[in-house]
Amino acid sequence: MFIYTTPVYRLSLALQGFLDEQFYQLEELQDESSPNFVEEVVTLFFRDSSRLMANIDQALEQCPPDFHRLDKFLHRLKGSASSIGAGKMKNECAGFREFCSEENLEGCLRSFQKVKKEHTILRQKLENYFQLLRQVVPVDKATRSGS
Amino acid sequence: MGNPLPSSRPAEAFPAGLRVLIVDDDPTWLKILEKMLRKCSYQVTTCSLATDALHILRERKARFDIVISDVNMPDMDGFKLLEHVGLEMDLPVIMMSIDGETSRVMKGVQHGACDYLLKPVRMKELRNIWQHVYRKKMHELKEVEAHSFDEVINILRNGSEDIEDRYLIDETEMSSMRKRKDVENKEFGDQELNDPSTVKKARVVWSVDLHQKFVNAVDQIGFDKVGPKKILDSMNVPGLTRENVASHLQKYRLYLSRLQKQNGGTCGGNMPSDHMNKTIKGNFGLKSSTNMQQDWELTKYACTIENFQTLGIVANAAHVSEMNSRVAPAQVIASKKALVNDAQLGLFLSFKGMLPSIKEKACKPLHDERPVMQLMQYPEQENYSILEGYSCLANPDRDHEPSFDHLPSSQPLVMSATCTNGKDMKDLYEMKPLQPAIPPMACMIDSVSIQVKHGLVNLQDTGAICKLEGSPSIEDFYLDETNNQGCFPLTCEVSLKSKSDSDSMPEELHLYSVQKKLDCLENLSVSGTEIYQYIDSVPTSEVQSINWCEASELTGDYLYDQVDYSLIDEYLFA
Repeated sequence: MFIYTTPVYRLSLALQGFLDEQFYQLEELQDESSPNFVEEVVTLFFRDSSRLMANIDQALEQCPPDFHRLDKFLHRLKGSASSIGAGKMKNECAGFREFCSEENLEGCLRSFQKVKKEHTILRQKLENYFQLLRQVVPVDKATRSGS
Repeated sequence: MGNPLPSSRPAEAFPAGLRVLIVDDDPTWLKILEKMLRKCSYQVTTCSLATDALHILRERKARFDIVISDVNMPDMDGFKLLEHVGLEMDLPVIMMSIDGETSRVMKGVQHGACDYLLKPVRMKELRNIWQHVYRKKMHELKEVEAHSFDEVINILRNGSEDIEDRYLIDETEMSSMRKRKDVENKEFGDQELNDPSTVKKARVVWSVDLHQKFVNAVDQIGFDKVGPKKILDSMNVPGLTRENVASHLQKYRLYLSRLQKQNGGTCGGNMPSDHMNKTIKGNFGLKSSTNMQQDWELTKYACTIENFQTLGIVANAAHVSEMNSRVAPAQVIASKKALVNDAQLGLFLSFKGMLPSIKEKACKPLHDERPVMQLMQYPEQENYSILEGYSCLANPDRDHEPSFDHLPSSQPLVMSATCTNGKDMKDLYEMKPLQPAIPPMACMIDSVSIQVKHGLVNLQDTGAICKLEGSPSIEDFYLDETNNQGCFPLTCEVSLKSKSDSDSMPEELHLYSVQKKLDCLENLSVSGTEIYQYIDSVPTSEVQSINWCEASELTGDYLYDQVDYSLIDEYLFA
């Protein structure tokens, strides 16, 4: 039985707007041949995006800031965020890019803070989510064998 | 990476097994796309750098049908990669990006992308990518067909009795071929055979003669200073347009640079490598001052195996000791369109060593007709003119230029095969040697490489048998050199097993491919996922947002299990 799937959990996350349909697509891709697919992808995302964001931090500290380079990073980050359906984070990235194109350093710094925040929140939520998944499955087995 | 060795499992139906190369510097997307493509039953190779991708593509062993690449990559612009792939490998390329701005998309198309996907990419978009592969093959096949049918038929007719028996072209086919041809093309080829002034359409067939003129013009002008207009003027061929020359020049350049690369750069220029894949009748005579290497690629022709009769390829070449030049042994002509459902049969013949090697690559599936793949045998005197201008590529060891104006006893061999591929492509093809009525010339052939795509080829050469199988893989097969004494030609055997499907092939084919499409669609449906339409304990606001999955993607069962929900409730809302 698919107790732990998905719909309810996704719901809760989706509700809050953090994840969009892409996340659902990922769960669809998960199957017997790759039973931990979603978690693997998410792990990959956080690893990659953290690295990217460190680069962005560095780039923002540069004087004068290289907006072109920043834009490239952002484009990349946005693409990454779209891979797991991190909707909110994606939107914040878009905002950041706007400031970047205007060469508005102040705006860039502010919106990057937002991006980081979304990133952190999402990470936390997804960690909880996967933890919950791990917890529920054994219970499922227990109930079956029990009754 | 593509498996170079023949696999023993039966070939899967197209588009399953489509060999896709994915290039994306985002590891998350790479993983996701790989999974998606595997779900489509495609064979996937991933790559995070464009330079790696090019390297992989250039390697012989790994073969791909299509490339998907992200636009923004650190080491190389995606558009550049696109260009390279298009020129060198002539594979369809799909671009991807999160940026869907029209200007970007347009740029992609300008650079030759056959599609531009926006991230996040959906499964259904990926499922459809086989269309690009198929379409491209159809186009190429059409060009292949644009051939001097008349010439072929004349030659065939003039050939020996034995050979004629083997021809599978019958009158009706020929006339229908001719009708199509008249409508679409006028052949350009040998001036002797055709009146160029009647040519209306610009579709040019680069015959040996024409190409020879081209090469002469290039040499005259000087390779570095060459340009389509100059060549055109120098060639002085009525009806030939600048565009024809330009495109041929481009291919020629690429071909040269590829040779250069292969042989350590004896040629001038540094251009991306290429193989000629537009013309079939690609026996290019080169009397060129630039040092040509031995390798020599003819272009694709398509062939599906139908009714298999014994055919043979016999390579001939000039006896080295007799004449200090070599003959291009075989001229392969496909004079019919290939019919293939999901298979392509390719034959590469390459004669290495002392001989120029000729590789013909078979090509693409098409719908309607059956192809004829032929190696021509020219009786000694008669079709001499065809061979005029044939020259062989120099063996680097030799210190004189290859040239030949005389081919007194050159006899390329004729082999014709029309084949329709069986549905499951398990047919075994055996090519048997063709015994020419006229003794073949002495030939020094070191090796024959047979490359088969999507099909089976059983090549037999005095003991060397290679079986190549399976649609996903293309194999290069190099047979041992048999002997190069005297007049003994290297022979390969190809014959086809069943012809049962041949007659009804087109319809079956069509139905089959439709069926496959349907199968794919079914697989697309959400299987094994329970979607709960109604959840008791979940507040209404949450219920509303359940519909975030596209309805079209949902089919099948909706499971609703009360027991499970109570458990969920506990965990969620406790």
